[in-house]
Amino acid sequence: MASQDIAVSVDQVVKHYGNFTALHGVSLDIRESEFFTLLGPSGCGKTTLLRAIAGFESVSEGHILLKGEDLTGLPPHQRPVNTVFQQYALFPHMTVLENVMFGLLRKGWSKVEAVRRGQDVLDLVQLAEFAKRKPTQLSGGQQQRVALARALAPRPEVLLLDEPLSALDLKLRQSVRSELKALQRETGIAFIFVTHDQEEALTMSDRIAVMSNGRVQQIGSPKEIYEAPVNRFVADFVGETNLLDVEIASIDGGTASVVLPGGTPFTCPAATVLDPGRGHLSARPERIRITAPGDAHLDAVVTGHTYLGTDIQLQVRLSDGEVMSVRLQNSETTSVPEVGQTIGLQLEEGAARLLAD
Amino acid sequence: MASVTDLRRFPGFLAITLTCLVVLYAPLIVVAVYSFNASTSITNWGGFSLTWYVDVFTGPDAPKFQRAAINSLIIAVCAAVAATSIATAAAVAMTRAGRFKGKTLSFALINLPLMVPEVVTAVASLVFFSAIGFTTGLLTILVAHIVFCIPFAYLPISARMQSIPDTYEQAAMDLYATPRQAFTMVLLPLMTPGILSGFLLAFIISLDDFLITNFVKGAGVETLPTAIFGSVKQGIKPNIMAISTLMLGVSIVFVSLSWLIGRTGQNKK
Repeated sequence: MASQDIAVSVDQVVKHYGNFTALHGVSLDIRESEFFTLLGPSGCGKTTLLRAIAGFESVSEGHILLKGEDLTGLPPHQRPVNTVFQQYALFPHMTVLENVMFGLLRKGWSKVEAVRRGQDVLDLVQLAEFAKRKPTQLSGGQQQRVALARALAPRPEVLLLDEPLSALDLKLRQSVRSELKALQRETGIAFIFVTHDQEEALTMSDRIAVMSNGRVQQIGSPKEIYEAPVNRFVADFVGETNLLDVEIASIDGGTASVVLPGGTPFTCPAATVLDPGRGHLSARPERIRITAPGDAHLDAVVTGHTYLGTDIQLQVRLSDGEVMSVRLQNSETTSVPEVGQTIGLQLEEGAARLLAD
Repeated sequence: MASVTDLRRFPGFLAITLTCLVVLYAPLIVVAVYSFNASTSITNWGGFSLTWYVDVFTGPDAPKFQRAAINSLIIAVCAAVAATSIATAAAVAMTRAGRFKGKTLSFALINLPLMVPEVVTAVASLVFFSAIGFTTGLLTILVAHIVFCIPFAYLPISARMQSIPDTYEQAAMDLYATPRQAFTMVLLPLMTPGILSGFLLAFIISLDDFLITNFVKGAGVETLPTAIFGSVKQGIKPNIMAISTLMLGVSIVFVSLSWLIGRTGQNKK
């Protein structure tokens, strides 16, 4: 890929806080006009990385390039990036319009142009009629849109979003997701979105970087991350999965032959080059079929049901005591096995993967 | 909340409360009531009158008290401005500089004037001024007042600062404001209620101070409290009660304002 198509390039960035290392040599490229998500649990370094791009944190080692230019050492007010903060940080003593104009005026725009641009951006987020209000007079969702408008008004090269949906309630969060995605397409600005919510990441992103303990575990499209996780952490953190302890018989390229608990041989894709021995097989609950016991991959006893509305989740126990979940779509034709019944489980061949630890 | 731990059900609660209220406020009420006495006596009630208030402004002692009141106001305004500025700088440094070596020590030093017995500060100030050959007068009073007003201004300002998350300044700088602009355009307006509250508190503390003022004032320089004290030494006249009641009124107004401003600032996030 040509370097001019890269909006932000993070190159071997290390961040120490005293003895604690928040980022261990993180490298990733964010493309132009891309919705890029940093996904991970709290403390994984995703917010530190975002703050380093914004300029609020210095980096101990490595470089961050914006359109090929090194940002190292530049203070936040000299970086052409804007941030949507988790709690929005709207200035309470200014009106909505004054908030949106703040960045424009600091950049040297004339008052007239700033007012015009401010109103255009408020139109874009459908808040034009609230221009004269104070932020505290708006609802949480409206405040969130003001924060977006304020950050987008100066036409940043990249927009940074620090868990901007976490302060909203669930129903609102879902509708804001599609609005945010539409806004990103409309403006064509690269968004770097930080979240710990895997569903948010999967539904909005063009690409996701899954982080844990200050390291990038995997970068890929939502489909790649979900269907071809490279290791146990990614498989477990993104979506729900069953991790089965299996014996590896042989590995040839990307395909492994393993022995399932109960002794059935099974062939599946393997994440990386692994040593023979024991490994973990990831099988998503919705990619397991229920059949008659005996000639299936695994035999199990049903121990419970959970009703999820769209799905029914079964808890089952294998003969070696391991517990798994299986999802059945909730429809009239679905027959749900009873608790205590012995069933056969058939793993979808392409969907179960052998993972690195 | 009517449990066994309810304070109101402790034996003697009412008696103790009433005793405290009487001891604290009865003298003030007596002074305020007798300032409206028509008689020259300070113990016998001779009917309602504003004579002594008129006397304060036009009577034989009026020029002396006016001079003293003007001195008090000049000192209180200047001392409050200086102390508030220093306290604002201190509050910003203490809440924004993160952890630094000597932070606890700095905090103790800022608030030390609250803990040191006032008479010690008074003696120390006098000794210090004479040691460096600083002629006592209005200026020595001002310097001494600035010092002891700092902690009073500091407390409401720092309380306000602690409720302002630093993301506001970060948002300002993210939106191309220099650190100086982030301070003047965002942080300072948000701090304003605390600063006003601190200013009013410092003002009233300075206006009321007697002990330190009496030590460091030069010969012939009087503030309102020292003038009142001087006058009382020659016998208590009812006009003193009128002046005292006026000062009480000013204090109540300022302290209430300080509290109200501090409160509105906190309600609005």
